[in-house]
Amino acid sequence: MSTLLRLATAGSVDDGKSTLVGRLLHDCKAILADQIAHVKTVSEARGGDFDFALLTDGLRAEREQGITIDVAYRYFATDKRSFILADCPGHVQYTRNTVTGASTADVVIILVDARHGVLEQTRRHLAVAGLLRVPHVVLAVNKIDLVGYDEAGFTKIAKDVNEVADQLGIAHIQAIPVSALVGDNVVDRSAHTPWYDGPTLLELLENASGRIDNSQQPLRFPVQYVIRPQTDDEYRDYRGYTGTVASGTVSVGDQVIVLPAGRRTSIAGIDRPVVTATSTTVVERPSAVAGEAVTVRLADDLDVARGSVIVDAEASPGTRRELAATVSWLADRPLTVGARVLIKHTTTTAQAIVTKITGALDLDTLGVIDATELALNDIGKVQLKIAAPLAADPYSSNAITGSFLLIDAHDGWTLAAGMIDDEEGELL
Amino acid sequence: MRVAHVTALVTELDALESESIFVFREVAAEFERPVILFSGGKDSIVMLHLARKAFSPAGVPFTLLHVDTGHNFPEVLAYRDAVIEQLGLRLEVASVEDYIADGRLRERADGTRNPLQTVPLLDAINKHRFDAVFGGGRRDEERARAKERIFSLRDEFGQWDPRNQRPELWSLYNGKHRPGEHVRVFPLSNWTELDVWNYIEREEIPLPSIYYAHERDVFERDGMLLAVGPYSQPRSGESVGKRIVRYRTVGDMSCTGAVASTAGSPAEVVVEVAASTLTERGATRADDRVSEAAMEDRKREGYF
Ligand SMILES: Nc1nc2c(ncn2[C@@H]2O[C@H](COP(=O)(O)OP(=O)(O)OP(=O)(O)O)[C@@H](O)[C@H]2O)c(=O)[nH]1
Repeated sequence: MSTLLRLATAGSVDDGKSTLVGRLLHDCKAILADQIAHVKTVSEARGGDFDFALLTDGLRAEREQGITIDVAYRYFATDKRSFILADCPGHVQYTRNTVTGASTADVVIILVDARHGVLEQTRRHLAVAGLLRVPHVVLAVNKIDLVGYDEAGFTKIAKDVNEVADQLGIAHIQAIPVSALVGDNVVDRSAHTPWYDGPTLLELLENASGRIDNSQQPLRFPVQYVIRPQTDDEYRDYRGYTGTVASGTVSVGDQVIVLPAGRRTSIAGIDRPVVTATSTTVVERPSAVAGEAVTVRLADDLDVARGSVIVDAEASPGTRRELAATVSWLADRPLTVGARVLIKHTTTTAQAIVTKITGALDLDTLGVIDATELALNDIGKVQLKIAAPLAADPYSSNAITGSFLLIDAHDGWTLAAGMIDDEEGELL
Repeated sequence: MRVAHVTALVTELDALESESIFVFREVAAEFERPVILFSGGKDSIVMLHLARKAFSPAGVPFTLLHVDTGHNFPEVLAYRDAVIEQLGLRLEVASVEDYIADGRLRERADGTRNPLQTVPLLDAINKHRFDAVFGGGRRDEERARAKERIFSLRDEFGQWDPRNQRPELWSLYNGKHRPGEHVRVFPLSNWTELDVWNYIEREEIPLPSIYYAHERDVFERDGMLLAVGPYSQPRSGESVGKRIVRYRTVGDMSCTGAVASTAGSPAEVVVEVAASTLTERGATRADDRVSEAAMEDRKREGYF
């Protein structure tokens, strides 16, 4: 698959995330002349040196307050691969935006200020990365210039972070001593850290494996939209089910089950669009893999609509109306037992009731404690009863059929990011 | 160094294409009255191409809307009309000219009309009760755009609140909105200018001729090459000369600059864009240079 890598930054406020991203872009020569000129002008007008953070802090309010409020996306490439970079906020008030940026990331770079070490936000963001099962987490111990390039301090922070990671079930985190401001070990190896013989940040990112390949998992194909041209030509009786393959491979002739109805059928055809200046047709293809947007046709005339999920006949997840899940609560008003919400799971949106709150993550001890409600930025465990049957998998085996949103039915606000627990109920 | 892209191209473009097609289908399924903003520029042409792919062999289930500044390149208007005709699509036009003629809008001192598009756009959205509005904006274009969600909520005044955007998790796009509100949808969010051109080349998508090198009478202003035409005339001291140029963006003729270029095909444009030292807006848009947050301010008010 593609060599594209999606990165997100995380860490406490002012640890230097935006500066690091600006430095990375700058040293990769990914900033164009008019962008540099702009940052120079603005920095000088404020009477300061070239402020790398201005390359991503693009909103007026961000520049006035010197903090990041929402995610900025930047795109750059080196000789080895291309990157989508999400520069996320550190401030606790904007955690939901950091969750947004991290939810699509292959790599999260956690920054820690070398002077301050691990803070509550560091633990919160590590918990978010662990919960989202971001494939790689990297630690950048930043502002190393301000502690005299001290090796002992660096080693201590690396150890502290790995202790937290360990408790959260995150694999070993590689640590890099960097100065985003000076440019040490970001793209260019630093002469100030002779004691460090690991990779620079860029080297590490260029060699990180990309997106988790879930083409080997059982087939899951949530139907998005049904195509019925009803025209007077060869497509008069055409009925195609569109969607993006969530996992596995789909091939013509495959035996499948359509959920929630549970009907068995087989794949009659897979179509690829062919669009020219004047015509819109399709050609058949033998198969499609996870990540591809396609249209499938079925051998039997079944009742299939948006919300149906076509699955491998030998490995059906079945359906459920009750879920145990871990949620990241993103709304100002708290979640309480009995709350009525909407759940959006793949292409189904249904009503749901929160029947139980079974615990919340305590960021100090990293243990799960009893809770009767979840407040903004809390991570907690809940049970839901749902008005429609869902074809769901645990998040640990499938990030697409294992994830959901909780939505406020009244104003449409996204209340929570949800991840369906394993049978053991152990996600944290 | 960005030319290095080429090796991984096929799969990266395929991934971008699939992501965009997914977005079009979500909107078709969840909204009642979606509309595609179609200017005849390369991004909106690529959007339309992707929308056609998303629903083939059926037609595109959306109306098109052009907010016409009255300062268009004739080649672009001709292209727009030909596409609508060939594909049997429905086009609505909201005309800035009409608003100026009857006094609802006033011409700006600098004569540019891009910022004047907001009111006719919002009126058209209200009049037709469009609930999802596809824009061709890309996050790599500009620093305020870099901040925007793929599904971006607008209140009943069409305003964007960048300080209070909805979280957007994974690819679970939340299109819920209250009556009067609408959602702007940006299927090309993650495409770069280079991706767009690589895709145009791969898919052999026809474009208005002004995207390729041609000879034109131009004069220089603020470091940009402006065409001599009905909406832009040289002031005293600005000398006119014939140059070989092409356009990187097409918009209001009075403030959209051309770049010196001999690129005559998508492949040649790809090489040129990869080597460019300026962003596309930096090279071609006078209206974005006004202030530090010109685009953010316009977007807050409801601009594209
Ligand atoms: N000396 C030194 N200062 C740094 C370094 N990195 C960042 N800074 C400074 O730290 C301050 C905060 O940097 P930002 O990049 O804005 O921090 P941030 O983490 O993006 O902040 P939020 O996104 O708002 O959480 C700025 O004044 C930077 O110049 C570094 O490596 N060394």
